Amino acid sequence: MRIAVASGKGGTGKTFVATNLFNVLSRRGDRVTLTDCDAEAPNDLLFFRTEKVSVKEVTHQVPVINKDVCTWCGRCSQWCSFNAIFFVPNAKVIEVIESICHGCGACSYACNDEAITEKPLTLGTVTSYMTDKNNPLIEARLHVNEISTVRVINAAIKESGDEGVVILDAPPGTSCPFIQTVDKADFVVLVTEPTPFGLSDLRQSVETLKEMSKEPAVIINRSDIGDRDVAGYLEKEKIPLLAEIRYDPAIARAYSEGRLVTDEMPELASLFEELADKIIDRYGTGSSKR
Amino acid sequence: MKVAITSTGESLESRLDQRFGRCAFFVIYDTETGGVEILPNPNKDAVEGAGPASVRLVASKDVKKIISGEFGVNIKPLLDSLKIQMVAIREPERTVKSVIDMLKNNQ
Repeated sequence: MRIAVASGKGGTGKTFVATNLFNVLSRRGDRVTLTDCDAEAPNDLLFFRTEKVSVKEVTHQVPVINKDVCTWCGRCSQWCSFNAIFFVPNAKVIEVIESICHGCGACSYACNDEAITEKPLTLGTVTSYMTDKNNPLIEARLHVNEISTVRVINAAIKESGDEGVVILDAPPGTSCPFIQTVDKADFVVLVTEPTPFGLSDLRQSVETLKEMSKEPAVIINRSDIGDRDVAGYLEKEKIPLLAEIRYDPAIARAYSEGRLVTDEMPELASLFEELADKIIDRYGTGSSKR
Repeated sequence: MKVAITSTGESLESRLDQRFGRCAFFVIYDTETGGVEILPNPNKDAVEGAGPASVRLVASKDVKKIISGEFGVNIKPLLDSLKIQMVAIREPERTVKSVIDMLKNNQ
């Protein structure tokens, strides 16, 4: 089964939950894969001892325009939804702006004069690692100045396969990268914090997931700070609360030093083990996607 | 020479729009005839590529200079290839009329 760990708001503890969940499952010998889908800022790797297994480049096709054959009809530019073909016929200027091209191929299709060919442009990489506990960690990483996050995320999820449990550490927000990640998941865990910001972004995530016919469950991180509005919202919307993690400076310290609390704080180790059982028992069976 | 000035509104009393590609209006001022044309910017809410599309719009009007608050990273090479000069005035309170007065006084 694939479990996405997501949140609307950044900094609520997605990576904290995903890495520790992966760690408790790894430790007890389960087949588990951790996939870092936060391609714009991947950091799951920092928490594990790993060996690199393979690196794959993720590319898409961008147009190359042959100006000697071009008849300056402008169809390619009209068909482009992203203004990526800059076309000023009276100045005889036609340029592809590769950085905003989405690689959809509409321009090649639109051209009736065979003036457009395509070349690959690298967007990012998918790197596979093996941890010292013999479980795969897959990292999606977008290149600087590229914007097509979704393709890199999809490639990483594909690389992860669907053997055992696959944990997808989702990117923050509720836009395309989030949607692509949770779309591939059998179950979505939303991590939030009990603050007005946390609630506002939780609401957005829940609404987005509703549109996708997905029913998430929630973990409240730093549950003893802030207010009780998140708890009230969950009750009203009948959203299951999976766990509450109390604020503890020792957790923050361990995390900031790249250590896993499930390795050094027994109380949290059992919290995460229970959490893993709850998710797998309640949501892991009967999944058609396995 | 024609100059495009980004404007927040449809009159010369409007303020200089600080964004180029997504400005509300373009005021095209002709330094030779003193003529003024005001165009709504169809690229204001473009999903992506508002800058290049706006360059294309002003280039089709034979503009040789554009005046705005800020310019995005995608358009510099395009303006170079069309030999259009860009001028950044980071003064959001300045009116379009006063920008035109500056152009008149420079001549």
